[in-house]
Amino acid sequence: MIAGAGVRNATEQVAGRKSRFRLADAVRTATVGLRSRALRAALSALGVAVGIAAAVAVLGISASSKSNLLAQLGAEGNLLTVSAGQDFTGGPAPLPLTAEGMIGRIPPVESVTATGYLPNATVRRTAAVPTINTGGISVLAVQPNLLATLGGSVARGTFLNRATSHAQAVVLGAVAAQTLGISRVPVGTLVYLDGQYFSVVGILRPVPLAPEIDEAALVGFPVANQLLGLGGHPTELYLRAAPDQVTAVNQVLPFTANPAQPEAVQVSRPSDVLAARAAAKNAFTGLFLGLGAVVVLVGGLGIANIMVISVLERRTEVGLRRALGATRRQVGVQFLAESLVLSLLGGLAGVGLGALATVVYAMTATQTPVVPLSAVAAGLAVALSVGLLAGAYPASRAARLAPADALRAS
Amino acid sequence: MTAVMLLAGVTKTYPGSPPVHALVSVNLSISAGDRIAVLGPSGSGKTTLLHVLGTLERPTTGAVWIGGHEVSGLTDAELSAVRAYRLGFVFQNFYLLDHLDAVSNVALGLLYWGGSHRDRASAAIDALQRVGLGHRLAHTPGQLSGGEKQRVAIARALAARPSVLLADEPTGNLDSATGAEIVTLLAQLADDGTAIVVVTHDGGIAAAMDRQVLMRDGRVISDVRTGQRAGLQGSP
Repeated sequence: MIAGAGVRNATEQVAGRKSRFRLADAVRTATVGLRSRALRAALSALGVAVGIAAAVAVLGISASSKSNLLAQLGAEGNLLTVSAGQDFTGGPAPLPLTAEGMIGRIPPVESVTATGYLPNATVRRTAAVPTINTGGISVLAVQPNLLATLGGSVARGTFLNRATSHAQAVVLGAVAAQTLGISRVPVGTLVYLDGQYFSVVGILRPVPLAPEIDEAALVGFPVANQLLGLGGHPTELYLRAAPDQVTAVNQVLPFTANPAQPEAVQVSRPSDVLAARAAAKNAFTGLFLGLGAVVVLVGGLGIANIMVISVLERRTEVGLRRALGATRRQVGVQFLAESLVLSLLGGLAGVGLGALATVVYAMTATQTPVVPLSAVAAGLAVALSVGLLAGAYPASRAARLAPADALRAS
Repeated sequence: MTAVMLLAGVTKTYPGSPPVHALVSVNLSISAGDRIAVLGPSGSGKTTLLHVLGTLERPTTGAVWIGGHEVSGLTDAELSAVRAYRLGFVFQNFYLLDHLDAVSNVALGLLYWGGSHRDRASAAIDALQRVGLGHRLAHTPGQLSGGEKQRVAIARALAARPSVLLADEPTGNLDSATGAEIVTLLAQLADDGTAIVVVTHDGGIAAAMDRQVLMRDGRVISDVRTGQRAGLQGSP
């Protein structure tokens, strides 16, 4: 031997090669270690699984609702409503007859339609039903282009046209039809509307952006003026503006609708209401995500606990592996890999359960299920980091066991 | 004949009050094919000697040479490599992993030695056939007798073809007939040049080896060659 030869060189002569341990060996060793304690492993992974399932389900359900909401909003939420407010005496300030025409002349306004509320009109199935049983159904005068502007559609029959607007014809909103017990519209279906019988010609599908339409019986303006005493004044206007001009249109609407009393005009954006409702749901999303995080944390502590116990129980196995040529690092890697496999299995189960919960929820709510890829990736990443953190201390303990002491432990 | 292992002035002291002198100035030379029995009462330092020979413990003072190289300068990874390639261990309690079959238990002896999973498994089967367990490959330790378990452990120790096999009371948990079979097996294995060091209380085993090292209070008090090889090798 040459004096001063490197230690590594000496080892190569002594041992021939370095002690080897491949990644596949680490994973195989870890799964064997876990399989021998399958029940314990499954239970300790359960905490991580439940926490990640909760988080993925909350994100999935929220994303499904959101995509459903966006579908409801149709275009970019460019629907605006203008409604009659009160004058400075507190009395009703009906919109001028000119309001619809004036608004229609604002260049970015794509379409506009008027409705007129008939406060004293009631709808009943027949004259025999007591007057007091209105079922909360209001009567609105509407124009034939209502559905085009609102993005609504007819479930049964047809909507009002220029001809039927003059006739004693009525179209029922989705909720109103249900309240009256009318689900089909064969010729001769009648309702008793403000003292006269009207033919039901159609039933609408729900209109999410204008729920007031759902609860109304709709008649034409001409017939409302002639028979029901509307007087031609609209009470509410719906309009669609060019999506990039919504704010500008919003600002000029009060003056355009009622130049004499702009303060008596209320302008709102129904999509804001839906967005606010969605935001309120998001508050719960944050809460549930927080709860999920706590559960994952507790699950991680469970895994750490199990791994510490495992290291104590398997001291002789550690000693044996060291005698067979495992380095400290290889022993540490083995226990870290067990912890990682455990938490990753928990994470996979959690993502699966969360996705399943999302699909079940979306199907019961007749929505299209959406499981965000980011939620899946985040779930697995969280599981991996939990496994890494939970395994680090037990792995370093196992690595530091002195082999002779570990063998004497039995 | 060159020594495959050499201990020179090795002392092992465990701190405490009073400190325990487990080994005191031990000199020992092991040559290829040596069949050594280490004898002595409990607490005489036999197991500590085996652990120092196996590089599982470093001596407090003195030098351990393996294959002509002193190991005190080696890192943990380098010592591990020495164990993986040069040394095999057999324990009184077998230390088989209960949930693995015989082949996988033996292959564990090659896990840190390298080679593919398949190569390790076929080397493990070879080793099991060498110890006469070719018909018990898929059995788990729970399905094997004590003697068979120790044969599996011997196969595991020999799978990587070490130059020195270190056995700590290998027959301590076996009945005398089975113990005798194990001793015969160990003695046969040394015929291919593997040195064998057996720590034992059992005079029968000691008689089957061709060199007896007697220890007391951490010291080697006698080192005698009695076997048929004594004449061939000369005095140490």
